[in-house]
Amino acid sequence: MENENHLRSQLTKTITRPIEKIVKFFITASAFAAILISISIVFTLLTEAINFFQDPAVTFKGYFTATRWTPTFQNPEYGVIVLISSTLYIAVIACLISFPLGLFSAIYLSEFATKRTRKVIKPVLEVLAGVPTVVFGYFALNWITPNIIQRFIPGTGVFNALSAGIAVGIMIIPTVASISDDALNAVPNSLRNGSLALGATRRITSLKIMFPAALSGIIASFILGFSRAIGETMIVTIAGGQYPELNLDPRSAMYTITSSIVNVSLGDTPHGTTAYNALFALGITLFIMTFILNIGSDYVARKYRKEYE
Amino acid sequence: METKETIQVNSENVFNVEDVSVSYGEFVAIKNVNMDIAKNKITAFIGPSGCGKSTLIRTFNRMNDLILGTKVKGTINYQGVDLYDKMVDPVQVRRRIGMVFQKPNPFPKTIKENITFGLKVNNMTDNMDERVEKALTQAALWDEVKDDLNKNALELSGGQQQRLCIARTIAVEPDTILMDEPCSALDPVATKKIEDLMQELVKEFSILIVTHNMQQASRASDYCAFFTTKTSDDGKRRTGELVEFNETTVMFTNPEQDLTEQYISGRFG
Repeated sequence: MENENHLRSQLTKTITRPIEKIVKFFITASAFAAILISISIVFTLLTEAINFFQDPAVTFKGYFTATRWTPTFQNPEYGVIVLISSTLYIAVIACLISFPLGLFSAIYLSEFATKRTRKVIKPVLEVLAGVPTVVFGYFALNWITPNIIQRFIPGTGVFNALSAGIAVGIMIIPTVASISDDALNAVPNSLRNGSLALGATRRITSLKIMFPAALSGIIASFILGFSRAIGETMIVTIAGGQYPELNLDPRSAMYTITSSIVNVSLGDTPHGTTAYNALFALGITLFIMTFILNIGSDYVARKYRKEYE
Repeated sequence: METKETIQVNSENVFNVEDVSVSYGEFVAIKNVNMDIAKNKITAFIGPSGCGKSTLIRTFNRMNDLILGTKVKGTINYQGVDLYDKMVDPVQVRRRIGMVFQKPNPFPKTIKENITFGLKVNNMTDNMDERVEKALTQAALWDEVKDDLNKNALELSGGQQQRLCIARTIAVEPDTILMDEPCSALDPVATKKIEDLMQELVKEFSILIVTHNMQQASRASDYCAFFTTKTSDDGKRRTGELVEFNETTVMFTNPEQDLTEQYISGRFG
């Protein structure tokens, strides 16, 4: 009896452990901060965007059908389709560059490179990922445009979609390469051995066994790369120009969602005007686009993930 | 006419191993192995962990080429041809000498594709359906999977997966099958099935099996090689060595070496 009481007193809650609670509070708060920030961003974008659509000069129909984006003109037009098409156009050029190059470098790194070459190439790729986009922007404007684009396609303007697209493509190669490389490395080595033991060459093993097994991660890397291309701002602002009408000529300047946001927000647009509010409509449009892509990439990665164990 | 003579001498053997040592960089995994592996027999490699038996079996189809820094000294003759001759293509070697691994490693494809992959790689694309059925039948898996050949192979049980791996190996018609602890990830029932299967397959193929399981070696093999590790004098290096190579019945009833006797009776290892 005495023993039991002694044990009970030992097991009874007496210490409050304040540090436990404080630490728990801060950890919880940090986790929720991200959610809170996201919600307030969406809230700000939405309220200002609603103001934009309340202007009688703006209609939903016009927003999606007009073929000019000229919010600061005398007779403003708000055809977001101009900006969306330019954005997608440049993003597609970027993908044509970055998907093959990124994927091939990933296959090379994970299947063919010796440890030593891998040690050299991997950091170089990461350096490429660390180059500020403004540098890529001027690289596109001052090097790609005169030395490549204008040399092979004479008559191209100083600002053009092709040059911006190529630079964005180069910028996202590391994203595609590094995520695809991770995906390929996540495929168990036993599959590689199984294939080689059947007399398959390295080429067949990498293309027919490793590539399909890593496909979910590779597609996810593509979607993420595309999403980054859509959201890219500095390069397209510097090298892509500001041509406010619908056109699909890669030699011409274009006007992406991001670069029009930069231009409107440079300072000469008064607060509260429709042109100013248009920024937020564009912001939410861009947000929805990248949001859908990110969800899509997550979904693909989950759905097609092969379970090995 | 020397070569012809060699082939005749080797007609009973699929491999002649002469003074083979394998090292990774500085580390010598196994050294000075001499043995002849008989054709259409099951030869088991037994011994404690780290004795180099898996390393050795991988030299027989040049899978160890894939590990950077591996060096093989001595010669391994495969039906009279030195496997490590400069002119020998490891891809061609692996087409003739198949391998089944420790953990079942089916490709994340359908059951049928698991078999047809090897067939396509080896340009055996005629009568593919027949070949698939024959391989699965030989691997004693056909009756269990014939109705869902298009099911993903990863949905099979571990034992079925391992028999599928055996099926895909024999589908490409090798003459030798190397098995690196094929039952270590399986339950006793699945293990029994694989052992029975080996008795069928050995009529057509030469089989080498690495196993941790002495009962398995005594039940399933015709010849048995016992390896152990020797620690160097300074105690820093452990190197595998072949202690005894004999008919399995002799090995398990009347071993020549004391060390073998101790290992088999469970006194070390």
